[in-house]
Amino acid sequence: MIRAEHITKKYAEHTALNDVSLHIPKGSLYGLLGPNGAGKTTFLRILNQIIDPDQGQVLLDGRPLRREDIARIGYLPEERGLYKKMAVGEQALYLARLKGLSESEAKKRLVHWFEKLGMEAWWDKKIEELSKGMAQKVQFVTTVLHQPDVLIFDEPFSGFDPVAAQQIREEMLELHRNGTTLLFSTHRMENVEEMCTHIGLLNRSKRVLEGTVADIIRSHRTHRYNVVYQTPAGTDLPADALQAFSVLSDDALPAADWREGRSLSVQLEPSGQLNDVLAALLPHAAVLEAHEAVPSMNDIFIETVQKATA
Amino acid sequence: MNPIWIVAQREFLTRVRKRTFLVMTLLGPLFFGLLMVAPALLASLPEGPKKILVVDHSYLLVGEKGVSDAQYEFLKPSPEALKSGKEILETNSSYDGLLYLPPSENNDPDFILKNAKLFTLEELPISLVGAMEDQLEQKAYEQKLRLEGVDPEVVKRAETNARLSSVLIGEEGEEENSAREFKMILGLFAGYLIYMFVFLYATQIMRGVIEEKTSRIVEVIISSVKPMQLMLGKIIGIAGVGFLQFVIWVGLTATLYVGLSATLLADAFNPETIAQMQAQPETGGMAAEALSALQSINYPLVLTSFLFYFIGGYLLYGALFAAVGSAVDAESDTQQFMLPLTLPLILALLVSMRIMESPDSPLAFWFSIIPFTSPVVMMVRIPFGVPMWELGLSMVLLVVGFLGTTWLASRIYRIGILSYGKKASFKDLWKWLRTAE
Repeated sequence: MIRAEHITKKYAEHTALNDVSLHIPKGSLYGLLGPNGAGKTTFLRILNQIIDPDQGQVLLDGRPLRREDIARIGYLPEERGLYKKMAVGEQALYLARLKGLSESEAKKRLVHWFEKLGMEAWWDKKIEELSKGMAQKVQFVTTVLHQPDVLIFDEPFSGFDPVAAQQIREEMLELHRNGTTLLFSTHRMENVEEMCTHIGLLNRSKRVLEGTVADIIRSHRTHRYNVVYQTPAGTDLPADALQAFSVLSDDALPAADWREGRSLSVQLEPSGQLNDVLAALLPHAAVLEAHEAVPSMNDIFIETVQKATA
Repeated sequence: MNPIWIVAQREFLTRVRKRTFLVMTLLGPLFFGLLMVAPALLASLPEGPKKILVVDHSYLLVGEKGVSDAQYEFLKPSPEALKSGKEILETNSSYDGLLYLPPSENNDPDFILKNAKLFTLEELPISLVGAMEDQLEQKAYEQKLRLEGVDPEVVKRAETNARLSSVLIGEEGEEENSAREFKMILGLFAGYLIYMFVFLYATQIMRGVIEEKTSRIVEVIISSVKPMQLMLGKIIGIAGVGFLQFVIWVGLTATLYVGLSATLLADAFNPETIAQMQAQPETGGMAAEALSALQSINYPLVLTSFLFYFIGGYLLYGALFAAVGSAVDAESDTQQFMLPLTLPLILALLVSMRIMESPDSPLAFWFSIIPFTSPVVMMVRIPFGVPMWELGLSMVLLVVGFLGTTWLASRIYRIGILSYGKKASFKDLWKWLRTAE
């Protein structure tokens, strides 16, 4: 859907983006990750044609981005707001018309959205009369009203309390299910792997990683497995039970855990099977839990960045 | 629809629908009228006649009862008169001053005036002191004439008044009376109005830009329209507000004027009356000359030039004010950037005072050609008549000027509106100017 090719953007004192190529496939929920100052906002602004790259180009459906494409894109910037003294309905209408909707069409859709979200009573209210959460709702409606194929959110979860952030997350997932391509940036890595289908990592103006979440995690497997097991009261595992494996740790569960038992961490060869470990354990103990310890996106990011700087 | 028009529409409608617009538009002319008349009114407020004690040892003021606004009360010119006069002044609040004229052996007026003193408990109005000085001068003058053996009455009879009625020979050789004072007032008034309008509306642009920046809507908008379009839309929309306001003002003033002239000046501009007046010697002739001079001014030119220079000046400064608005986070930070913008405007107004004296001087020429000052200064010159090529050059340069400042401003604007939270310096602006698209 969107293909950015070798984008470079320099400012007077620093390079915001250095030869960055990213591919946001159609229908994906794409998370653009990276620490503050990595170049995420600059990249999103280039996609929205707010600024132009010094080098490189952006392709939308295979052809260079054009001015008219703004009608196909919805953008919620990190620094977002509305006119404080303007009535909600009028304001939403104005923003929709700027996106190319006719006044009557914009009005029709707004009435629909306002009804759907229970906002009818707000039409003539000024933004300054609304609570922050209500204003966010209005902002969200104005972003999606022109039914864009692509939605771009810059740090959508920042500045929100957890409940509001959760609401936004759910709305994004809903849009994703309906087929909209979503791209959002965040500097917080928690939970992105559960939400995103694709991820791109920027660090210090460069792309350091990109791919589907599954591929990225697959390529960062360590073949380490965690098993929680419980031996019958008063017995221990025979000393040679795990002899065939390289055991990283085998400790009693922390006091906070409600279960009684031990936690085992085993490093296998890439060809190794969890079943072998379980087979060795089962004659002597009950297995309460077993899973492969895959690195979190945060771990992968830190590792990748460290590798890049080393 | 072109996004510039959608933006302009919003800017126009949100402002025109405000209650303050209605109030300003209806009360504006009244307010300006008051602003012009009030100082004169206040200055001419009667403060009640002052009472001045006079100790006149030299009998210079014999027979005088005072000057307008002040009455004299003469004390007997005894040796203690000054001392007792001072005491009276200090104890009796009904007296405002003590005028002391010293004795002089040979009645030498120069000696008397050199040593004359006015004692007061608080400052007297300058106009009153001036009137007293004039009176003393006149008295001394007559005294001197008498000392020379000349009768002041004879001198008075010999006095004549010369008044040159200046006639401008126009380019086509036609002659016209120059109603100098009126042209000065008209020109200065027009220049001052332009100055005020440009300031008023350019500041509105700046405020609008700051509002969009602080409410953080600006990035939402420029994901739909180009920064340049947003800036132009805002400038055009607010220009519309100014234009509407101006038209209403002119309409109101014209209605007022017509209403007034119907009652007061019923036939002042009637050619017959002018002819009648011209037939009368002395005063009638003067008034008629003034009237025909008023008619000699090219009013359509003044009005169209006014509109042109108003819009031109507004566009020139409006774009720059937009750039200033984009570079700051709050209105209180605008000071440093405003100075270089307001300086030429204020300079133009100051220079106008001198230009009224000689509307065809090189100073007048250059200031009415340079786009930053031409809107104000050219308006001051136009009532006096300006060669067409100068007017044309000035107008063309103004158009070039505002295209230039708009281009310049848009380069600052497009980056400024996205720069939050840090205070920009002139160095930053320079950097933004040079940053590529």
